[in-house]
Amino acid sequence: MITSGGLLRADSPPHLPISDLAMDTPQPTTASPRRAIVIGASSGIGAALVEALAAEGASVGAVARRAGLLDELSAAGGHILTRSHDVRDSAAVPELFEELVRELGGLDLLIFAAALMPAVERDEYNTEKDLAMLAVNVGGAIAWCNEAAGFFKSQRRGHIVGISSIAADRGRKGAPVYGATKAALDHYLEALRNRLSEANVSVTTIKPGFVATDMTAGMGKLPFIISAPSAARRILSAVRQGAETRYVPLRWWLVGRALGLVPSFIFKRLNV
Amino acid sequence: MSEGGAVLSETPTAGEAPGGQGGVPRHYEFVEGWGMACGNYGGVWRPRSAPEVQTVLASAGARGAQLALRGTGCSYGDASTNSRGEVLDLTSMNRILSFEPQAAPGRGRVEAEGGVTIEQLWRFLLPRGHWPRVVSGTAAPTLAGAAAMNIHGKNNFSVGTFGDAISEFDIALPNGELRTVTRASDGDLFHAAIGGCGMLGCITRLVLETHAVHSGDLEVDAIATRRLGEMMEAMEARRESSDYLVGWIDAFASGDNLGRGLIHTARYLEPGEDRAPQDTLTLAHQEQPANILGLYPKTEMWRLLRPFNNAPGMRAVNAAKCLAGRLEGMAGPQRQSHAAFAFLLDFVPNWKFAYGRRPGHGLIQYQSFVPAAAAQACFEDLLRLCQDARREPFLAVFKRHRPDPFWLTHAPQDLDDLGGSWSLALDFKVTPETRPNLWSLCERLTKRVLAAAGRFYFAKDLTLTPGAARTMFPAQNLAAFHALKNELDPQGTLQSDLWRRLFAD
Repeated sequence: MITSGGLLRADSPPHLPISDLAMDTPQPTTASPRRAIVIGASSGIGAALVEALAAEGASVGAVARRAGLLDELSAAGGHILTRSHDVRDSAAVPELFEELVRELGGLDLLIFAAALMPAVERDEYNTEKDLAMLAVNVGGAIAWCNEAAGFFKSQRRGHIVGISSIAADRGRKGAPVYGATKAALDHYLEALRNRLSEANVSVTTIKPGFVATDMTAGMGKLPFIISAPSAARRILSAVRQGAETRYVPLRWWLVGRALGLVPSFIFKRLNV
Repeated sequence: MSEGGAVLSETPTAGEAPGGQGGVPRHYEFVEGWGMACGNYGGVWRPRSAPEVQTVLASAGARGAQLALRGTGCSYGDASTNSRGEVLDLTSMNRILSFEPQAAPGRGRVEAEGGVTIEQLWRFLLPRGHWPRVVSGTAAPTLAGAAAMNIHGKNNFSVGTFGDAISEFDIALPNGELRTVTRASDGDLFHAAIGGCGMLGCITRLVLETHAVHSGDLEVDAIATRRLGEMMEAMEARRESSDYLVGWIDAFASGDNLGRGLIHTARYLEPGEDRAPQDTLTLAHQEQPANILGLYPKTEMWRLLRPFNNAPGMRAVNAAKCLAGRLEGMAGPQRQSHAAFAFLLDFVPNWKFAYGRRPGHGLIQYQSFVPAAAAQACFEDLLRLCQDARREPFLAVFKRHRPDPFWLTHAPQDLDDLGGSWSLALDFKVTPETRPNLWSLCERLTKRVLAAAGRFYFAKDLTLTPGAARTMFPAQNLAAFHALKNELDPQGTLQSDLWRRLFAD
């Protein structure tokens, strides 16, 4: 055992060599291109978002279950990294997130756009189908947004976007569980926004109305329907503006307010 | 001269991302020093048990990866960052395991996991009539981090460092072994691992001595002093009668007022002095209000400090504090709760954000320790050097210390005269533009401190060079530490930016 004794004498000249430290100067954040991850990127709004972001010059990580569709997306050009992943496999998220962020060289934006909306009959009470929606629309969102939240909080900057739906606003006969998953997403994203505001991280809830995608195909003629690229453009504009909640297109906000005013004894008789 | 030293890497680097080894949670994050002046992206493991710590160490060893140990990341500089590897974050191991209130007269004994914070510990102890023997100015550090950096408090002069209050610890070694260590069982490892910056192993469990208190309050007295010499005399005069002693210095005052400031002394109350200890020994009595004036949340208060976070603003704030201190000194002794007195740095949450929140903006603390005989001249020179460079520290804190037996201790060990030492801690604002000049000022300060046979403290350092580390320690101490490191960690699995900057040859 030694003791930490010994007094350095003032007459021994202190030797201070020039430091051999590695030195990385911080890069200006504004000049770096935007780096984004989109979950649910194989079709619909998610695919349109990937294309729009890549067209803006961003590096995009595109994640979806269907690998074939992802390949078509990356073939379209731009800096797009694709990963095949089922969002129900939440245990795989931390590693996949790390891999993508490393390859993208950082991350500024994460958009969760994956959702299941199977056709549900009026008298159908199919637990298996319903729980699958819950796993993808809510479980997947939590797994990815939690991972992004920890990362963005640690770097004190970043933006999380969740694609919810106008279906979250009222409990409708046609989609009990789809609406419930989107209501859960709204609530989760609001709480995340409040938690992360101190850390300089933004959270945006997007509430699209009808968008022409696989999801709405076969639903007949729908009011105010817009194309997926148009929806993507509006969503990215909401992101740039730092919106907290944004109906897409905006007129759904009015519809939402109006539906909210309908009392239950009338609403239960409506076929909406 | 280094061009502003230290590593701050804004861009994550490509590399492999090993999946959760044995189910141990791992996340990819930005890991930075508390002062925000250094940091990098990396994988962060959060083991939940000693076996999981062993799993992470084994996995890092098997992959040839380098691992830095981290608690709550309260070291101002790069002691818990690792720009070339991964980080093991111990905060998920945060259980208090046992407590014996009367292990010895006036002493308790608490056993806890390494990730328990000082805040958790005092909240557990105080309602049971105890207080940790050594706490830092913030309650945020973990016990394992406090041990690895061998932190000290305002009572360093009387009770020693955090390590002096440890009686036993478990350490997970890089070779996979989990060893229980006491002074008697393995004096070398005990005195090297405490203060060893986490370079020998990961402390997973500690046994600490606690101090029985008879009140939730301390008696606190303030004394305004006009210059450094006067402050040192006043603190010396109160050394015997005080349990805590700390000086605050207005680093902007010059000439005849150089080193003017304010001393706070505090003592524990004797049995009977507090007529209602059952009321003061409660968390409610210790809690600081969450709001200012009942309305403004304290978590937002740092924004109010921001306009003053510049040299003219801080000159005014320091002068105002001097004036307030004189009035406080005239008021005579006051009672103050343990938590309010001990954790002044927690009074304004997130106050560091007043230094800026963008990458590369933040603060460093430069704390030097100088043997008592040489301290006054040296610290007056340091203050003058800062003023000559027009880079006055926004906060300067002055403390008294005694020698301790740890190998890499910050406290100068004067074997001829056990007069102990004094320390001066200086907070400097860092921006990417001022960094090179500030580092060159710190180099001049370091030369002066080393000429006075002074030392430094690694939880507060970001600017020292390998030469300084070689000069401040007796050669046999460093050689012994390296030998022990080579024996326990031949692969060099445990690394941090601080270790590579100062010690790796």
